[in-house]
Amino acid sequence: MSVITIERKVLEKNDDLAARNRELFRRHGLFVINLVSSPGSGKTSILERTIEHLAGRVPVGVIEGDVQTDLDAQRIARLRVPVVQIVTNGGCHLDAKLVSDALERLSLDGLHLLIIENVGNLVCPAGYDLGEALKVVVASTTEGDDKPLKYPSMFLHASALIINKVDLLPYVNCHLAALKGNALRINPSLAVFETSCTTGQGIAVWADWLVKKVQAVPAPVVR
Amino acid sequence: MHELSIANNILDIIRQHVPVDQFSLVKSIRLKIGDQAGVVVDSLEFSFSALTAESPLRGARLEVERIPFVVSCRQCGESAPSESGIVACPRCGSVETTIVSGTELRVTEIELLEPEPEGA
Repeated sequence: MSVITIERKVLEKNDDLAARNRELFRRHGLFVINLVSSPGSGKTSILERTIEHLAGRVPVGVIEGDVQTDLDAQRIARLRVPVVQIVTNGGCHLDAKLVSDALERLSLDGLHLLIIENVGNLVCPAGYDLGEALKVVVASTTEGDDKPLKYPSMFLHASALIINKVDLLPYVNCHLAALKGNALRINPSLAVFETSCTTGQGIAVWADWLVKKVQAVPAPVVR
Repeated sequence: MHELSIANNILDIIRQHVPVDQFSLVKSIRLKIGDQAGVVVDSLEFSFSALTAESPLRGARLEVERIPFVVSCRQCGESAPSESGIVACPRCGSVETTIVSGTELRVTEIELLEPEPEGA
């Protein structure tokens, strides 16, 4: 019997590619977020409202990830921002390679903010670094207030939480304070935002926070 | 279902450390997987056996050591396991904690059988 001792991270190939993506983003002076949530929480709607709010202030590009169809990319393209769609054909998460390939179809020149909308899935995307500056997790009120406790990894790895569909709070079995409290027990450093894409509530607060992050990024090395 | 892609990554690591003609000697691959790494070990083992079933690696097994999720508290100074992945200190409730372990996903060792002697 012989033993080879190796001590290697299983996802190091992904991490290496993510580091290359991150370096590319740095050279372009780009702030990049990885938007994650379960399906149907309103990621694409938040993106639409955010892009509308940032229009004329921050040049935004978008990478859409879905298991099938380019429906989301079509929605974003209507807002006249550069967008590419990744179709994973069954894959449950985006990885750094898929993003790196997508970047060949998206010109980063002139962009200040890149939003990567991950595949709707509250489990698998947590482990895959894409090269983003931070992960933003969306939890909607229709999902109930216990999701952070059931899917802690995603909330642990995120820097911000958007609680969406707050306009539906009177009609659903979800207590805002409990949802917030559960998320902060998993990750006390989460920045928490409350939004409704139907009424527009909270979009400005979230988008202005994002603008501050974008403005803090050092100027591009290449242009 | 991302366990399938994790299993594929483990295969890549084996290929980088073991010559092809020794694949059939691989007995086990030791892994350290944190309780909050988001990996379902049963699914990972199933994926790995499905990927290796028809190959010289079919005798290889995953040996998984689970690493508890442990937080260290800056308020009370304690380090304690926190079973449900909650970052708040399980002793004093403070949220001024750092994660000590429980999110890792590493291959640590590959165990090989001795080759059969020539002509045996």
